[in-house]
Amino acid sequence: MEIAGIFKYLYEKLASTGLSQAWVDIISYSVAALIVFGFLAVVALFLVWWERKISAHIQQRFGPMRTGWHGWLQTIVDMLKLIQKEDITPATADRPVFYWAPIVAFVAAFMAYVTIPFGAGLIVSDLNIGILYIIAITTFTIISLLMAGWGSNNKYALLGGMRSAAQVVSYEVPMVLAILSVVLFAGSLSMVQIVESQAKIYQWYIFRLPFGPIAFIIYLIAGTAESNRTPFDLPEAEQELVAGFNVEYSGMKFAMFFFAEFVNMFTIAAIGTTLFLGGWQGPWLPSWVWFMLKTLALVFVLMWFRWTFPRLRVDQLMEFSWKFLLPVSFANLIIAGWMKYSKWFNW
Amino acid sequence: MSEYLAIIIFLFVGIGLVLFTFFLSRLIRPANPYPEKTQNYECAEPPIGSSWIQFNNRFYIFALIFVIFDVEAIFLFPWAVAFGQLGLYALVEMMIFIFILLFGLFYAWKKGVLKWV
Repeated sequence: MEIAGIFKYLYEKLASTGLSQAWVDIISYSVAALIVFGFLAVVALFLVWWERKISAHIQQRFGPMRTGWHGWLQTIVDMLKLIQKEDITPATADRPVFYWAPIVAFVAAFMAYVTIPFGAGLIVSDLNIGILYIIAITTFTIISLLMAGWGSNNKYALLGGMRSAAQVVSYEVPMVLAILSVVLFAGSLSMVQIVESQAKIYQWYIFRLPFGPIAFIIYLIAGTAESNRTPFDLPEAEQELVAGFNVEYSGMKFAMFFFAEFVNMFTIAAIGTTLFLGGWQGPWLPSWVWFMLKTLALVFVLMWFRWTFPRLRVDQLMEFSWKFLLPVSFANLIIAGWMKYSKWFNW
Repeated sequence: MSEYLAIIIFLFVGIGLVLFTFFLSRLIRPANPYPEKTQNYECAEPPIGSSWIQFNNRFYIFALIFVIFDVEAIFLFPWAVAFGQLGLYALVEMMIFIFILLFGLFYAWKKGVLKWV
């Protein structure tokens, strides 16, 4: 069953009430924003539980088992606990910066969902600069990490914030270049048109040898680094920086950072699905089911990374990006350009 | 223009929802700060000095290199979108552009700027 029809029906109902077009747009976008927020809250709660279960099973444990069937209520209970926790601001902190950091972190992650296609027609607004907008808006996460690190006036937090800024900045360039090779073939920045250019399974960009798989792997590595996850989780390395930029945060502010982190992970997987795995396209099942299946599969891969690889050293991390990923992604882009020019793919 | 309206609305709804959850938790959470509690965390010791210090200028150099390559990536976006209509001339020209910047990267590499110490 396609969900897009329901929204279209509701939009036409709203338009037929005689409100002016501007108000119809404002109301429908606000409702869409609330729906996306609700969806992300459910997804984040599910992903936290899923990550705990996956990590437990990889380490031959059970993970949460007591609250609900196999502990599925655990994260909901955790959230209810966090909302009741006292919110402590350090006396020497820079208060406004400290206060706004989690808000920036969440809003930067949330605003990417303006133009992520969840299914055929299931997109809030198909911007013609789609993927460029997403890259631009998700980069604001760096600012929130720096704000948290600086605002806390804590040495661990500052170190974590600086490190994560350096890391995210370094992996941004290979990621953008990997995305560019897809844009080159799709000939458009719009997310919907990128998905529509991969109608058949052999047209998925991951299967377009030789540039596709390379771009996908670069994207996945850079995406893992962008979302600050192991093996690139130096900003919050528990053993040396206790928790990095969020040491001083407690209560709802801490929860917002956590929420934003899981939303970011879902964004990385959703963009990977859209660009390389054919987005919502697939036989038999409704389009949004295909999108969710592919995205959750990518999320699973990211979690699998986390519980399989050891953490890199900070110098290895930076040199891997600048001395290996960057030249490779430039070479890949030139190969993609040559393939496009020579009409390598006739389909 | 109306499709860009969604961005502004998402911005305000996002900020509003976060502030709303902060407000909601303010209603039910305890608030009992005292000097020991609001002290900065430093492994249970009283913190020594401020942490607003001068940091390693390595970060600054990497930020500079990043700006160069990110601006380059922004230049590549219109090229990539329009590439289908441009043909060989655009490909060769962009290769020259990329090679000039890669030459800069290798220069920085040989100078030891990319080494993280």
